[in-house]
Amino acid sequence: MTQMTMIEAIRDAHDVAMGRDERVVVFGEDVGYFGGVFRCTAGLQTKYGKTRCFDTPISELGIVGAGVGMAAYGLHPVIEIQFADYVYPAIDQIASEAARLRYRSAGDFTCPLVIRMPTGGGIFGGQTHSQSPEAFFTHVAGLKTVMPSNPQDAKGLLLAAIEDPDPVIFLEPKRLYNGPFDGHHEKPIVPWKKHELGDVKDGYYSTELGKAAIRRAGDDVTILAYGTMVYVAEAAVEEAGVDAEIIDLRTLLPLDLDTIQESVKKTGRCLVLHEATKTSGFGAELMSQVQESCFYHLEAPIVRVTGWDTPYPHAQEWDYFPGPGRVLDALHQMMES
Amino acid sequence: MTTTLPLSLSVPEPGCRPGDEPDFSDFVIPKAGEVERPPIDADPNDIRDMAFSIIRVLNAKGEAVGPWSGTLSSEELVVGLQHMMTLRIFDARMMNAQRQGKTSFYIQHLGEEAIACAFRKALRDDDMNFPTYRQAGLLIAGGYPLTEMMNQIYSNSQDPLHGRQLPIMYSSKEHGFFSISGNLGTQFMQAVGWAMASAISGDTRIAAGWIGDGSTAESDFHAALVFASTYKAPVALNIVNNQWAISTFQGIARGGVGTFAARGHGFGIPSVRVDGNDYLAVHAVAQWASERARAGLGPTLIEHVTYRAGGHSSSDDPSAYRAKEEGAAWPLGDPIDRLKKHLIAIGEWTEEKHTAAQEEITEAVITAQKEAESIGTLGAGKMPSPRDMFEGVYETMPPHLVRQRQEAGY
Repeated sequence: MTQMTMIEAIRDAHDVAMGRDERVVVFGEDVGYFGGVFRCTAGLQTKYGKTRCFDTPISELGIVGAGVGMAAYGLHPVIEIQFADYVYPAIDQIASEAARLRYRSAGDFTCPLVIRMPTGGGIFGGQTHSQSPEAFFTHVAGLKTVMPSNPQDAKGLLLAAIEDPDPVIFLEPKRLYNGPFDGHHEKPIVPWKKHELGDVKDGYYSTELGKAAIRRAGDDVTILAYGTMVYVAEAAVEEAGVDAEIIDLRTLLPLDLDTIQESVKKTGRCLVLHEATKTSGFGAELMSQVQESCFYHLEAPIVRVTGWDTPYPHAQEWDYFPGPGRVLDALHQMMES
Repeated sequence: MTTTLPLSLSVPEPGCRPGDEPDFSDFVIPKAGEVERPPIDADPNDIRDMAFSIIRVLNAKGEAVGPWSGTLSSEELVVGLQHMMTLRIFDARMMNAQRQGKTSFYIQHLGEEAIACAFRKALRDDDMNFPTYRQAGLLIAGGYPLTEMMNQIYSNSQDPLHGRQLPIMYSSKEHGFFSISGNLGTQFMQAVGWAMASAISGDTRIAAGWIGDGSTAESDFHAALVFASTYKAPVALNIVNNQWAISTFQGIARGGVGTFAARGHGFGIPSVRVDGNDYLAVHAVAQWASERARAGLGPTLIEHVTYRAGGHSSSDDPSAYRAKEEGAAWPLGDPIDRLKKHLIAIGEWTEEKHTAAQEEITEAVITAQKEAESIGTLGAGKMPSPRDMFEGVYETMPPHLVRQRQEAGY
C-alpha cells in the first residue's frame, strides 16, 4: 500500500496498465513530455517511449477520432481531454462513432477506448473549466460513464475501464485531485495523505464497473451522490445529525440499481445530489429510477440538490456549487415530511 | 480614407442550372501522359503543381500513355473492367429493388466506378479502408460476395449487420472495409488513427481514408490532415470530387480558388489530382501513394476528379438542381467506356466479349439477388429478430438492457 493523491493513483493506474499490456497507448494535449496540466501522465513518456505516450494537436475531435481508429485497429487507447468543458467538438466521434461501432458493425469492429476528463468545479475555473457534462454521455447508448471519488477507486476503476471491451467516459472530479473536499471552501482540505481512501494498493487491481459503494450506512434517508458531492453529503449529514446512508454511485452507467433500491426500500427517503445543472441532469434519471422501482416504499417526495440551471459562474462559484448548507436544509425538510 | 460602401456577401453559383446549356470550357484538362511521375520521396514543395493538374493515362484514342502507365497487366485490366461492370449492374438492380420496395434506401456509383475498383487493387488484402457510402467498388474488387451485400441491403435474417444499419452501410474487417458511419467525414480522422496504430505497432499495413468534396468542409478533414502530417501516418487520403454534394455544387465547399488537393499544401502533404474516370490513372496514383505510406514517407492527399452521373441517393432527384445534359457533357467521359476502348485498342477485348461479359455478369448478379431475396427483403421473408436489437450495444448486456428486453417481450 502507498499513500497517494488521486492524481498519483491515476498516474499509477496508467503505469500498471502500460506495463501489463503494450496495446495501451496514452495521448492528449500536453500529456506527453510535460505529463498533463494536472500531471496525471507525468513520467509515462520517459518510461514507455514517445510512441506510447505522446502530445497531440489541440483538436478534441482529432484526439477522439484517432482513438477510435486505433481502437478499431486493436490498440487500447487511453486519451485525455484536458478539461471536460473541451469535449464538445468531439461529441460526434464519441456519440456516433465510438459508442456505435460494435453495434453497427455487429461486432466486426469494436472500440475499447477510455476518454478521461477532469470534471467539475470548485477551483475558480469559470465556465470553461468547471462543467459536469455526465448527462451528455449517460444519454448515449453504447457508452459507460464512470466518476471516482477517491484515489483507491480512481486506480481500480481506471484499470477496469482500460480493460473494458467498450468505450468508457472517465470523469475525474478535479476538486478531489489533491484531497477530499466537503464544500467548506473557507476551511483547509484534508490531504489524501491523511485519508484512509488515499491508501492505495500497489500493483494491479481493478474495481468492477457498475457497482456503487456505500460510504456511510444509515437508516433514515438515502443520499445518491458521486464525485465531489460524496464529501459534501458527508459534511451535511454530520452537521444534520441524520442517520443517512450515503451511496457513492462510482459508475453512472451501467447504474447499480440493486444497491440503490435496497437502500431506498430500507430508508424510505431519497436525496439526489449532483454538481451539474438540474434540468435534464443525471439526477432526473436517478429520481425516475427510484420512483419506478421504490414508489410504494417512499415516505417523502424524492428531493434533488444540484447546481443551478445557469452557466457555471466565476465569482459566484460558491453560490452555485451545492454545499453542505443546501444539503442540510433539504435533509431537514425531508425528515419533517 | 476608409471606404464606407455597404458590404455584400458572395455566394458561389455553379456554371449550369436546369435549363442551362452545360459548359465545361473553364475546366482545364491536361493531356494524358502530360504530368510527370515523381519519385515517391519527392519533396512536397517540388511537386506543388500536381495539386493543380490532373494525372491522366488514357487518351482520347484509348491509348495508355506517359509515365503513370504500365502499372497493370492486360489481364488485370480485363478484371478491372469486369469489376466496374459488376458494380454498375449491381447498382442498377438494387436501385430497381429499392423502387420495388424491397429496401428503404440505396446509393449508386454511376460514373464513379473506376475510383474504388482501381484503388483496391493497389492495396494489399490486409490494408484498411475507411470508406464513405460510395465506395462499394472496394468490396466488389476485394472479392466480397454479392449475396452478402444484398443481404445487408435487404436487412434480412442473413444480413451480416443484423438489420441494424441503413442499407449499403457495409462493414467487413476481413475485406479491409471499415464500418460505414453515415455521419460524413468522421472516418477520415479514424483512418489516420488506424494508420498511426499500425505505425505504433511496427506493422506493415496501411490505411486509406475516403471523403467527398462536400465533406472536406467538415472539421474532421482538417483534423485528419493535421494528425497525418504531424505523425507522418501511413495513410492515403482520398477526396472523391464528384462535383455535387446532394444539390450543392463543389464550389460551396471549395470556395472560389484553388483545388481540393491544394488544401494539402498547408500541411506539407504531397497532394495530387487524378482523372477519376481513368482506371489506369487511379491505380497508378494509388500505387504511388501506398508505396509512399509503406516506405514510411507518410500521407498522400489525392483528389479524384469525377462526376456523379446519378442522383445522390434513391431519395434524390438531381433534375431539380442541375441540367439533365450535364452528365453527358462531362469532359472526362465514362470510366467503363474508356477502359473498354483501351482494351479493344490493345487487342485484349472485343464488342462480342463485352456483350458476353455483360450477360454473364448480369446472370451472376441475378443469381445472387435471387438467393438474397429467397431469404428475405425489408419487411418480408426472414427478418432479423427484434430480440437481437438489444444485443451488441456492449459486449456484455448491462442490467438495464436486460430489463428493457424483457419489457419489450423478448
